[in-house]
Amino acid sequence: MPSLVSHPDEVKVVSRRFGLGATDIDKYVELDGYKAVQQAIAKGPEWIITEMKASGLRGRGGAGFPTGMKWSFVPKQSEKPKYVLVNGDESEPGTCKDHVLFLHDPHAVIEGTMIAGLAIGSKLGFIYLRGEYRYLLKIVEKAVADAYAKGFLGKNIFGTGVDFDIITQTGAGAYEVGEESALMESLEGKRGVPRIKPPFPAVVGLYGGPTVINNAETIANAPHILLMGGEAYAKLGSERNGGTRLFGISGHVERPGVYELPMGYNLKRAIYEVAGGIKDGKKLKAVVPGGSSCPVMTADEIDVGLDFDQMGKAGTMLGSGGIVVLDETVSIVEFALRTIAFYQHESCGWCIPCREGTDWIKKTLTRVYNGGGNKKDVDNVQYLAENMLGRTFCPLGDAAAMPTIAFVKKFRKEFEDYIEGHKAGTPIITVEQLVGAH
Amino acid sequence: MSEIANTIFSPETAARFDHLVTIYPLKRSALVPMLLYAQDEIGYISDAVISEIAQRIDLLELDVRNVLSYYSMLRTKPAGKYNVQVCTNISCMLRGGYEILDHCKHKLGIGHKGTTPDGVFSLEEVECIGACCWAPAIQINYDFHDDLTTEKVDVLFQMYRDGLSFDATGKDVK
Repeated sequence: MPSLVSHPDEVKVVSRRFGLGATDIDKYVELDGYKAVQQAIAKGPEWIITEMKASGLRGRGGAGFPTGMKWSFVPKQSEKPKYVLVNGDESEPGTCKDHVLFLHDPHAVIEGTMIAGLAIGSKLGFIYLRGEYRYLLKIVEKAVADAYAKGFLGKNIFGTGVDFDIITQTGAGAYEVGEESALMESLEGKRGVPRIKPPFPAVVGLYGGPTVINNAETIANAPHILLMGGEAYAKLGSERNGGTRLFGISGHVERPGVYELPMGYNLKRAIYEVAGGIKDGKKLKAVVPGGSSCPVMTADEIDVGLDFDQMGKAGTMLGSGGIVVLDETVSIVEFALRTIAFYQHESCGWCIPCREGTDWIKKTLTRVYNGGGNKKDVDNVQYLAENMLGRTFCPLGDAAAMPTIAFVKKFRKEFEDYIEGHKAGTPIITVEQLVGAH
Repeated sequence: MSEIANTIFSPETAARFDHLVTIYPLKRSALVPMLLYAQDEIGYISDAVISEIAQRIDLLELDVRNVLSYYSMLRTKPAGKYNVQVCTNISCMLRGGYEILDHCKHKLGIGHKGTTPDGVFSLEEVECIGACCWAPAIQINYDFHDDLTTEKVDVLFQMYRDGLSFDATGKDVK
């Protein structure tokens, strides 16, 4: 069972009920639960959206789009029903924050879904978890059932005349379904492949109706924002990056775990102070800062603030907040191959640059890894990855290309030395061992 | 009561399916959950499962097959009673995921997608299971086991062999 960690530098907003038994609805209510949604019903959609905009909350799934703005894009009048869709299909390697959220505070996700529904005029919300989180679905299903039993969900919620329903379900194993339009396809009972955009989900989404899709952490922040006020929440973070964020710090650190830190918190401090520094006193080699799709940073690049803008300026991304730490013993060749093997496995195959590009890069890096590479392979890998960028319907192609480009650009010498050193060598491990799942 | 006269599912699962097709704006939305629940009960997605689910949602069997072939957790052949899924993605790899996988292969005497002759265990190398901060981790059926060592894996296998069950909130060997 995932264990909880804590550090004095944490600012607990979305995690403030973790470990306090808030899966129990009475405990959740005792800890200010379901207050925000009742305020939201009393004060109306405009107030909700004003507070959400003031909060500076940006999407916690990875793209960082302003949440209040996203909600305001949904047309007020619509012939078709409107929907709220919570994306709990967390599958980006390095990312496990929503896992802890669903485990410890499922009612916050439910309450946030209701608030989003009120903001856009929807009466039905969906909470969609990845298939592997079936044990968490049981927890969320129980929380939903408890909320119905109390009259918090269903007809005439809290006796206010407002109706709202929530349906929960899981996927069945597909990273691509984390992409918002592929998620809608999957929820409609189809293969989870992306849709062409525009139209965007806010206008034509689930079942053709206007739909708000938000990451689970984003949605769970909404009740806290309404209770503390948008401006107060914004002040917790940095400029244009309101509030706090759940960061998962994994890999070679002494105290891996999910920590809630203010937006803009220094990455170096997050690794060395919050997560206790590099495991076993080794040296830091590199950091993948926001899930496996984010360009890798070298050890001397990490003195930077953890928010969408500062990470962008540093040439990488904040992504999903999954910080993966690599010590000096890691082979970047092996790490790059494991990363691309994932994207090759998960490409839905619709767009040729992604389907073929990930496959060629994996094959080339596999050959290099097994000692059969030559220096031109490094150029080929970079060329292939650069030709995938921006040429696919959904971001999976970019998610595979961006880290690949960064690996070969920042660690080219290591690739070349590896090729040179293994020219006549035997494979370290077999291809079957390394890419057995693929 | 199920609308299907001769359902292959238990009364509980049949009743759940009857309910599932009524809750969504379009009943096709029930397809992926139904395939998962069917697999939980039958062990895999058999031809009979496909046939009955297609009838229940008014789809062609081809439509069902088209969807089931897309998702990696759905299988068309039986697995062991306990399906051991070892994560080797980046965070697990950095903390010994491949050693855990090799140990499982050695201990169970089977490879990726293999099943032990007694049918108790099957083994799979899988992509990220969302347990990055508690790596290395494996999933056995729907139970997570994290912060693993090869010794802990041995204890786990013995516990499963002895028929000790694990509750859904992750009672494990730590």
